[in-house]
Amino acid sequence: MIEIVDLHKAFGRNHVLRGANLKVEKGESMVVIGGSGSGKSVLIKHIIGTLKPDSGSILIDGVDIAKLSENELYETRKRFGMLFQMAALFDSMKVWENVAFALMRHGKLKEKDAKEIASEKLRMVGLMGVEDLMPSELSGGMKKRVGLARAIAHSPEILLYDEPTTGLDPIMADAINDLIIEMKQRLSVTSVAITHDMHSAYKIADRIAMLYEGSIIATGTPDEIKNTDNAIVRQFITGSAVGPIKIEGVTA
Amino acid sequence: MSNVLLKLIECVGRAITLFWQVFLLFTEELGRIMLLLCSAIKQLVLPPFELRNTFKQVVEIGIKSLPVVLITAVFTGMVLALQSYTGFKRFNAEVMVGTVVALSITRELGPVLTGLIVAGRAGAAMAAELGTMRVTEQIDALETLATNPVKYLVVPRFIAGTIILPSLTVIADIIGIIGGFFVTVTVLGANSSVYWRRTWDYLETSDIYNGLIKACFFGAAIAIISCYKGFYTSGGAEGVGKATTGAVVLSSMTILISDYFLSAWLFK
Repeated sequence: MIEIVDLHKAFGRNHVLRGANLKVEKGESMVVIGGSGSGKSVLIKHIIGTLKPDSGSILIDGVDIAKLSENELYETRKRFGMLFQMAALFDSMKVWENVAFALMRHGKLKEKDAKEIASEKLRMVGLMGVEDLMPSELSGGMKKRVGLARAIAHSPEILLYDEPTTGLDPIMADAINDLIIEMKQRLSVTSVAITHDMHSAYKIADRIAMLYEGSIIATGTPDEIKNTDNAIVRQFITGSAVGPIKIEGVTA
Repeated sequence: MSNVLLKLIECVGRAITLFWQVFLLFTEELGRIMLLLCSAIKQLVLPPFELRNTFKQVVEIGIKSLPVVLITAVFTGMVLALQSYTGFKRFNAEVMVGTVVALSITRELGPVLTGLIVAGRAGAAMAAELGTMRVTEQIDALETLATNPVKYLVVPRFIAGTIILPSLTVIADIIGIIGGFFVTVTVLGANSSVYWRRTWDYLETSDIYNGLIKACFFGAAIAIISCYKGFYTSGGAEGVGKATTGAVVLSSMTILISDYFLSAWLFK
């Protein structure tokens, strides 16, 4: 279970998170929505501990990961898998080496066994025969699939998705949505995704939370969010330029 | 009159502020490089050891820099012999050419020129590679895969830089002296046994190993500076470009400045 309590984070004068609170139950799929620059990425980076909070805590099964030592933090990260927005594949390695990275490093598997597991994970995300290609030879959608295979390779308990459908065509985006749902069902993982793609959010979420001006202003099931009375949430989910949300850098 | 005086005070004030800001930036950067260095040394002694990655970096930095180092060394030795021969001839001291070439190369030009070449070639490559990994989130991906990026990326480059630079310098020393010999004896027609005798008579082992100590320091400095520049890159493609340029400039400056102080300390 993940619990974020009163999280504050500022970069210089830019106070990005201002007391964010969020609770994700075990096995649940939580989607955090919010505009560009609302602090979604900063939030997800706190969950995996690559950013340290100014104040507040991030509890993973009751343990505050902001207070862990460096070694404990790296141990805890073995329970996580993360899919990056642009996949972030290691471009100096072949596809299978990317997928098997954590297995070979932490599992001390032999190359042959690791490659076999990598192939199996690649099949799970619908890829075959790409093991020996380099990441630069793949399309955007394929990179995301490889990124997903890498994220699930070490059988994590928690999966984090950073804008999983951004930059993909609608059909490929939907295929990725299906994969995310499939991962949840087959691996029974807890997942947190951040996105501004409402179609994707409705499809993959058990619950949706909206991040606005540094805090979570609403949480609910997709149906509850669709029928919300909150004017800010309404404006965001209907994608209207007119409403209480001010567009940054634009004066009315 | 008072207006001119005010303007003058204002100018002095601005200059002091500017100087202070530059000084602050410099100390901040130096501090962050030292922090990265400490972190790298800590990760260096803790297992697991990155043998495979280190070997890869040794090949990358060492073997691939070798051709440029060889060409630079041989021509440096040659021009040094040519210049000192024609210069020394004015006061009939041509016999000293072998000594001048050997001492200049082993004490000074071998380590410094090799350092500058490696800074330009390998330092730039390190900063660009790590910088690209940073802006494409590959370094974050390492973290999420429970891998310490300092251990995985910085330590192998640091070890490789520190051991490769003295190795390249030994080769540069030998090739440089041979280059000097070739010009003195074959082109300028001096006596070959005199050249060698003058080389060995005045060359001490301390000249060679003190030169190599300098090379070790340069190698470590290039690696840590270039890794630092790459590791903390921000701002996309432009940022990578700036990091690469910054790595080469700062490494080269560090080599040239520290060379003076190291020489003053080592060659008393």
